[in-house]
Amino acid sequence: MGLLTAVGFASVYIADKSRISSGSLGYALFFFALFLAAHLVARFAVPYADPYVLPIAALLAAVGVTEIYRLGSKDAFRQGTWVVIGVAVFALALIGLRRDYRVLENYKYLFGLGAVALLFMPLLPGIGLRVNGARLWVHFGPLRFQPGELGKIALIVFLAAYLREKREVLAVGRLKDWGPLLVIWGSAMLVLFVTDDLGSGLLFYGIFLGMLYVATARIAFVAVGLGLFIAGSVAVYQGTPHVRERVLNWIQPWTTHKIFCPLSGQPALRQDCQSYQEVQSLYSIAHGGLGGTGLGSGTFTNASGNQIIPYLNTDFIYSALAQELGLIGAAGLLLVYMVFTLRGFRVAIFARDGFSKLLAAGLTFGFAFQTFIIVGGILRVIPLTGITLPLVSYGGSSILANFLVLAGLMLVSNRANAELAGAT
Amino acid sequence: MNRQLNRLAVAAIVLLAALIVATTYWQTWASAGLQDRQDNAIQRVVQFTIARGLIQGAGGKTTFATNKKVTSGSQTLYFRRYPQHGLAAQTVGYSTESRSQAGLERSMNDYLIGANTNLSDAFRHILDRLGNATVHGNDLQLTIRPRAQRLAQQLLGGRCGAVVAMNSHTGAVYVMASSPTYDPNLIDKPGGYAKVLKIRGACGGASALLNRATQGLFVPGSTFKMITAAAALDTGTFKPDSTFYDPGYCTVYGKPVSNAGNPDQGGREVFGHLNFVTAFQHSVNSVFCNIGLKLGAGPILAYAKKFGFYKTAPLETPADERAPSGLYNGTKLYFPKDPNKVDAGRLAFGQERMLVTPLQMAMVAATIGNGGIVPKPYVVQKILASDGSTIRNTRPSNLGRAIKPETAQELNQMMVAVVQGGTGTAAAIPGIQVAGKTGTAETAVSNVYTAWFVAFAPADHPQVAIAVVLEKQLNGFGGVVSAPIAKQVLEALLAR
Repeated sequence: MGLLTAVGFASVYIADKSRISSGSLGYALFFFALFLAAHLVARFAVPYADPYVLPIAALLAAVGVTEIYRLGSKDAFRQGTWVVIGVAVFALALIGLRRDYRVLENYKYLFGLGAVALLFMPLLPGIGLRVNGARLWVHFGPLRFQPGELGKIALIVFLAAYLREKREVLAVGRLKDWGPLLVIWGSAMLVLFVTDDLGSGLLFYGIFLGMLYVATARIAFVAVGLGLFIAGSVAVYQGTPHVRERVLNWIQPWTTHKIFCPLSGQPALRQDCQSYQEVQSLYSIAHGGLGGTGLGSGTFTNASGNQIIPYLNTDFIYSALAQELGLIGAAGLLLVYMVFTLRGFRVAIFARDGFSKLLAAGLTFGFAFQTFIIVGGILRVIPLTGITLPLVSYGGSSILANFLVLAGLMLVSNRANAELAGAT
Repeated sequence: MNRQLNRLAVAAIVLLAALIVATTYWQTWASAGLQDRQDNAIQRVVQFTIARGLIQGAGGKTTFATNKKVTSGSQTLYFRRYPQHGLAAQTVGYSTESRSQAGLERSMNDYLIGANTNLSDAFRHILDRLGNATVHGNDLQLTIRPRAQRLAQQLLGGRCGAVVAMNSHTGAVYVMASSPTYDPNLIDKPGGYAKVLKIRGACGGASALLNRATQGLFVPGSTFKMITAAAALDTGTFKPDSTFYDPGYCTVYGKPVSNAGNPDQGGREVFGHLNFVTAFQHSVNSVFCNIGLKLGAGPILAYAKKFGFYKTAPLETPADERAPSGLYNGTKLYFPKDPNKVDAGRLAFGQERMLVTPLQMAMVAATIGNGGIVPKPYVVQKILASDGSTIRNTRPSNLGRAIKPETAQELNQMMVAVVQGGTGTAAAIPGIQVAGKTGTAETAVSNVYTAWFVAFAPADHPQVAIAVVLEKQLNGFGGVVSAPIAKQVLEALLAR
């Protein structure tokens, strides 16, 4: 029941906003039907699943499609298509794994290798593609895809399975048990630095440390991990101009004197060159103020009609939302992420076995940490690294991966709640 | 494992909560600072989504600043246009895409974009924003009379100078012309600003962007004798029929200061016995020098202060586009703690580091015409909402009394004598009595003068006060080059 009202709310939300941005009601009705279908599949396949996570995901996806529609209706259609594919994959995952998803544990090395293979794909000649400075993409004909997003899920599955099996011995610190873990994880990190995809690198590292802590309860591992991370960061800062630029943009986005601008080859103020995107994104947020400009009334293009902030509907969608919805809307959106995170951890706590706990915790923490990396980067809490805002940003691979996160959480919670119901 | 899960959950929530804190910071505390930044490309566009208020002349028929509506994609933008080009350009100012502003466009920006906080207004603007409707700013209706303004601008021609005319009773500014002028439409054009900076006028002096009427500092020369005479009469030290002997020079610090080379005297260098009125009429330096020495610099400066000196003259234009009149030490305003440090003799006839603005001198004339009360100048008559309702209507006020009514009456008659048979006959208007004072101040170059004429009319019931100044006039005396300009502008303003 709660599920239905929440989905209803999500659709009404879309309808209301689309009307203002002179869009069609069609999107709203279609989304309502889509998530009703998703709900029915969930009722059939995982009747005991957590009732909140699906409507929250629906709400986030709806907010995303609405804002993407407002920024450019062509992208919204594609995003809508990806949401449909995402829901379909979500449904297939629920139906296929409804008896016992724990079979995945048996294929842990396959997942581990799969994760690395997925991450390596963009480096392959022929299908690899470099977009916006990072080699994240593969293409098969017209279809473009970021395999890293799925690699993230595969890695979490591998880590959950491996850590469940070896957690006691790892806690003692036997070196040979660390072997496969370090090999797979290390190669994943290597790939990420080679592809210049710092955002994902940071995300994977965070997920790894989080899951390691949950499995071993050794805070020292986290401390050592953080220490290594800082040492690594300094090394990378020294060696990679790309990273140095990001850090300088973070520490001092505005300069008062001109510095060398690699884009034009001329001296320019940093805010007019390297940090332009970050700074204009902050201006966008500042313009929103408390109540926002209202959806559809924000300013994102200059006087000649060109978009001011590049990659507005992917990495920077939060600055668009913060301008149009204001502090009230932006804080509301972050609260929705918080609720999803809390529900996800609740699923992990109520799960009965180690693999389920680690899987749910990894998926949830990854979801929350990814949100922190991109929004924190936009808000100058941390240096900016490009990554999508889960379920909201434009991007097919990201949508697909996050619906798999959702499917995972629902499968775990269904099993736990079913056992609980059976026991009483 | 649940203990670790709880801790990890707390960590995740803390991270997300930090994002709410950061968003709050940028959208509240830091918001205003970010919006003011020059490189803010969003605000650069946002300003054009507001239909900025019009700036119109007195009567509302002449528009100084308007908008050109351009629809690009989904947004409607309003770009500023100045249909009168150079007319009153320094007063109206400009507002550009790079968000540099000047003049009333700068100082009245909050009204022009409708951001002035009036509860019902603010509410309407919120509704406009929610309804995706254009926010309309408020219109300004100035006191500037376009016909007289245009005439003054034409009469100044390419020469450097200024004309300020105001209602001598209310302080409403009718004319505020500064020459050379510039076309505000140029500022936003590529290379336009550089072009404007190059406009130097005949004098080759300060840029056309300078509002000489309120910001230009000039040596007042003999026009300052109005202040000296006011102090002499108002303190009771002298009467209009006090007699003097003019030997052709006066002695300051044991050195004779000659009348010679005072072009205002009309060639006569020694007057012999004469009274105060005649000395004023013919602007005899030696007499005023002696009056100054008798009074001392202290009382003269005290009276100057009463007329508004040493304060930035009040007006709606930006404060940094107005300058106070007074003694200057280099570029700094200077008020002597010890009045004996100032050469009272030379101060009395308007030399000795004294610098004034045309607006201030127009205020002096207006005060004398107004019976001794200093009118407070203003240039914005009305602020109108986009629906035509009046938000603010300027009510005339004054800056207090400078001199007694009797003193004002005596000065009035002395100034009438100047135009009737003294140095300012070129300002005489048939059928209307004009009261005026000439001024021809020496510059660093010999035979090149700063030429003044300050007046009000009609003398029996004053309506308009005026100050005209021309810079760097070769052999150009106030009574010869500036008085005719004052005459024509006064005629235009009085013929109604």
